[in-house]
Amino acid sequence: MDIEMEMVPLAHYLFLSATLFVIGVVGVLVRRNAIVVFMSIEIMLNAVNISLIAFDRYLSLHDGQIFSFMVMCVAAAEVSVGLAIIIALFRNKPTINLDEFNIMKS
Amino acid sequence: MELLIFYPLAGLCVAFALGVVINNSPVGSAMSLIAMMLGLAGIFVLQQAHFIAVLQIIIYAGAIMVLFMFVIMLLNLKGSGEDASWRSRDKNLLMTVLSGFLVAGLLYKILCVLNSGEFDSPASLPENFGTAREVGTILFTEFVLPFEVASILLLVAMIGAVVLAKNKVD
Repeated sequence: MDIEMEMVPLAHYLFLSATLFVIGVVGVLVRRNAIVVFMSIEIMLNAVNISLIAFDRYLSLHDGQIFSFMVMCVAAAEVSVGLAIIIALFRNKPTINLDEFNIMKS
Repeated sequence: MELLIFYPLAGLCVAFALGVVINNSPVGSAMSLIAMMLGLAGIFVLQQAHFIAVLQIIIYAGAIMVLFMFVIMLLNLKGSGEDASWRSRDKNLLMTVLSGFLVAGLLYKILCVLNSGEFDSPASLPENFGTAREVGTILFTEFVLPFEVASILLLVAMIGAVVLAKNKVD
């Protein structure tokens, strides 16, 4: 069939997913702004969704789409709690630079 | 044909993801992230996952990013966040090496998957693959327990967010 011949190969989606995941990891490791770190975590979650849906299409299943739906739920929960924690921290100490939060260290 | 749509979308996503990490102002990062989410929605459409693509726009580009912008504006981060000092931290070399290991591991794993021969020929898709009706039917029959657990998770997160943001932490 024509449509199947023109499909994007699975490898392309997997490499795109890996690229975005690594960008997210670098963001978490390198940036010190708490909000940007959260955004990088969102990038990682989205990168995983790409792989899930790519395999889904390849195997003609719906399980991966359900799983990426659950990932979105977890992302929403994580963001709401995380931003609430940032607000609570900001009340204690008016900065969101992660290097300045070392209460639990010593 | 699909490749012609895929490459610009993928390039857009990677460029804006880099924009999130590189940008110095949180508002710029948030805008880049919104653009990346929209590009990803396009990629989901390309993969016949229409329902997930719409959810991506509504939940991520809509709700979550509004929450981010709200917190950025609420905290009024001028001068209290980080400046450009993260570019010259002495830990950056270590982080780069660690990320390099991650890249190597991911590439190895992807090549293993691709060479295993399990994914050589794509399965033929039914006509209504990825529509809201199809995904919804499966969600409410086969995966109804995870669905309920997800609703409890969201409830707990909501209560937790209210409690955390309301009280003063000592």
